[in-house]
Amino acid sequence: MLGLYLHRDSAVHRLGAGVKMGGLLAATLVVLALPGALGALAAGLLGLGLLVAAKLPVGRVLRELRAPVVMLTLLFGCQALLAGTGWAETLAAVTRFAALILLATLMTLTTKVADMVDLFERLFSALRPLGVNPAKMALMLALTIRFIPLLAEQVREVRMAQQARGVERNIAALFVPLLVKILRLADDLTAALDARGYDPTDDGRHT
Amino acid sequence: MLSTRDLVLSALFAALVAGLGMAPPIPLGFLPVPITAQSLGVMLAGALLGAKRGGLALLLFVLLVAAGLPLLAGGRGGVGVLMGPSGGFVLAFPVGAFVTGLLAERFATGANPIRLFAVCAIGGILAVYAGGIPWLSVVAGMPLEKAALAVMAFIPGDFIKAGIAAFAAAAVRRAGVLPTAHA
Repeated sequence: MLGLYLHRDSAVHRLGAGVKMGGLLAATLVVLALPGALGALAAGLLGLGLLVAAKLPVGRVLRELRAPVVMLTLLFGCQALLAGTGWAETLAAVTRFAALILLATLMTLTTKVADMVDLFERLFSALRPLGVNPAKMALMLALTIRFIPLLAEQVREVRMAQQARGVERNIAALFVPLLVKILRLADDLTAALDARGYDPTDDGRHT
Repeated sequence: MLSTRDLVLSALFAALVAGLGMAPPIPLGFLPVPITAQSLGVMLAGALLGAKRGGLALLLFVLLVAAGLPLLAGGRGGVGVLMGPSGGFVLAFPVGAFVTGLLAERFATGANPIRLFAVCAIGGILAVYAGGIPWLSVVAGMPLEKAALAVMAFIPGDFIKAGIAAFAAAAVRRAGVLPTAHA
């Protein structure tokens, strides 16, 4: 399963997922604590520096940013037209978030999905005292990744059935066979896991 | 305590929500905004799996989006999207499924589509917008009421989705394949 990761040989890519995630969290808190314009400037400069250091193609990064920036610009435009006053503060706030989204996008483009999933699994282990079972969460994440292509194909079949009938009056009826199929599939998969000796009471401590 | 079946069901519905996001949006003709089916998955997971497994399914989905898989409608993903203007809606998906499930377990245990519709509307629309609108307001630097106004265009489509989810969930329940919570 391919993610949005974009491979380059750079120091930013080699940083651990935990370091990048922690850094993003810290940068977000610092930028939000600073006054709007200053925060936007700080996050923007940091983002540009990382963009250069990560050797990523600028066009590709901008493409990832296009949707949120267009949306923010439209919302800002409406507000500036309607309200008139206070647009400078709004502009600073919007730019600040656009810069933070740039930082987050850079993290996603430079970190492999597998490394992020590993990071989540380490975080689940830390949450064990709260009743989180890291072994089960890890298994569910792996199962979900495995099921996505299968379910994407199934949904595509529902859509094709819908198109073949023209404008379908009862879309709900089309989803029913899919849902029944998923629930039956769950029975088979449960039996398969049990047959291979999967023990749901194992909390993953002694593996 | 999650049984093997619970794990499998949550993972399957998380994958279903991802699959729904990959389907092209359904144009409805009379609405300006095409329906992306992803929030349909939120309602179905809650209504069919219940609060715990449904909420867990959507939590898995959000984690994989955060991990950088392009699972949101339009092939988007990553922490950047979650921090963006519409990120609050996605982050509220697990809450929406949980609330839908909780209400379904209390008030819509049968195959009554009207009750299921109410449950899907409260969990899948009200709870999701309750997370999405304040987030949009913060990110776009706009007052809460204006942020609420800005997303009104999506409400009719979401009610149609609640209707689809309610009828589908009712039919699945009548088919009698639904696993009980403590199977």
